[in-house]
Amino acid sequence: MPNRSLFLKILSAVILFGAWEIAGRIPVSYAFPTFLEAMGALFRMAGDGTLWTAYAETLQPLVVGVAISAVLGIAIGLWVGLSNVFDWLFSPIFIVMQAAPLAALIPLLVLAYGIGLTSKVLVVCIMAMPVIVLNTSSAVRNTPESMKEMGRAFLASELAIILKIIIPAASPVIFAGLRLGVSAGFIGAILAELKITPTGVGDIITYSRSIADYPSMYAAIFSIILLAVLFLNVLEKTETVLFKGNQRGYVSD
Amino acid sequence: MVPESAVSTRNISKNYGDVEALRNLSLEFPRGQLTSLLGPSGCGKTTLLKIIAGLLQPSSGEVEVNGHTVTGPGPDRAFVFQDFALLPWASVIRNVAFGLEMRGVAKSEREAIAERYIREVGLAGFEHAYPHELSGGMRQRVGLARALSVDAQVLLMDEPFSAVDEQTRRKFQEDLLGLVQNEKKTFIFVTHSIEEAVYVSDQIAILLPRPSRVSEIIRPSGFRDKGADNIRRDPEYLDIVDQIWASLRSYVE
Ligand SMILES: Nc1ncnc2c1ncn2[C@@H]1O[C@H](COP(=O)(O)OP(=O)(O)OP(=O)(O)O)[C@@H](O)[C@H]1O
Ligand SMILES: [Mg+2]
Repeated sequence: MPNRSLFLKILSAVILFGAWEIAGRIPVSYAFPTFLEAMGALFRMAGDGTLWTAYAETLQPLVVGVAISAVLGIAIGLWVGLSNVFDWLFSPIFIVMQAAPLAALIPLLVLAYGIGLTSKVLVVCIMAMPVIVLNTSSAVRNTPESMKEMGRAFLASELAIILKIIIPAASPVIFAGLRLGVSAGFIGAILAELKITPTGVGDIITYSRSIADYPSMYAAIFSIILLAVLFLNVLEKTETVLFKGNQRGYVSD
Repeated sequence: MVPESAVSTRNISKNYGDVEALRNLSLEFPRGQLTSLLGPSGCGKTTLLKIIAGLLQPSSGEVEVNGHTVTGPGPDRAFVFQDFALLPWASVIRNVAFGLEMRGVAKSEREAIAERYIREVGLAGFEHAYPHELSGGMRQRVGLARALSVDAQVLLMDEPFSAVDEQTRRKFQEDLLGLVQNEKKTFIFVTHSIEEAVYVSDQIAILLPRPSRVSEIIRPSGFRDKGADNIRRDPEYLDIVDQIWASLRSYVE
């Protein structure tokens, strides 16, 4: 089966890139390069090091922001899910955060924290954290009562119930939240570089557009998507290693 | 002669909001014997069992186990759940060893004990299967093995054989008789089957429909030592089955 799913992944990539190539050749817009042109630009930038210095810049807020969002988001989510008081206190904040149009908040952040790393990390966190918190807390709250009752009957401590029952039971939904959060974090990192100060990958995008070097612009966008996909795959692998049972379906009765 | 009680319930009442599940229920469970609770569906058998387990607080009244008032779950009681309550992400052996794990038994030791009980309930070879890979009856036996493995003095069994096939069920009933005879344990056994109750019980408590009280206590005694194979043909056995059916029948009609 893994071979088949790998084959399907490659097939869908080939179809997508083929469509891109064709659309670029028609062309649908003078600003839309072909796939091969974009790849050419990608290899050129990788070769002369532009891409790597750009990523050294972009990855800072991204990695820091995603790490903070994951750790803090899951912790807050657990807390909110386990305690009605915290649910009442915090849930509305994250629901508002998730719904708020982020672009409108960026000027406020810049006003408060300047144009440095702090603001960019915050943008990533604001994008990534709410969905992680909300998924974690609702997963925790939906742990089947009968499993917790079983834990108590067999003398599990409060902590053991959280670690051995609630977290494993919630883990599929927590990981779904993490995946969504990480994707949002990538968007946040690029958005921060486009809206606050053009640095890193955001700078490549802004600069190459200003000089009409569209292949480079699309190459930069492509590279960030590729990175996001790779990262999500790593996350998925982590989940299957940590929680083997998740892959095996759930008993429903 | 009735031996001293291992468990006594005194004037237990339990309301779920407006639903009055138990009213003023008092019942003695003799040590080293098996008591069946027999009554129509929804009459509060599971509720009573969970109150004895310390999983539910009664609205009034109290439960004593070995002379101590119950305030919560304890190592002297083990529970077989009507809905099995297995952990779907854990293999059979981890599920069975769960109670031992919570009691702090070392991994190798608890797995050895778990393996023994897995064999005893006829699941040898399925140690590393996951619950969703098992049939309903097999899952039920995992729950049974989990409760047996912690070696509690009082076993609370909520319809423990409801999902197993007739052959296995008969074998388990015989095993249960052996268990009652050989180990000085007290069994509280919920069933819907009159024949099963009469076959395995030293004492049968017939419960009235909601709000539940004990309507009748029957103590089959004459055929207990006639050997497992002869019980079902014994006239006293057949009489008691008829007598119970006669008193339950009025609630069905
Ligand atoms: N958590 C709950 N909240 C509200 N009502 C409940 C709850 N649990 C049980 N009840 C009610 O209490 C009554 C007794 O339920 P219980 O599960 O003890 O019945 P039972 O005798 O075990 O039935 P069955 O033989 O079908 O398993 C039922 O009428 C049920 O509706
Ligand atoms: Mg029940």
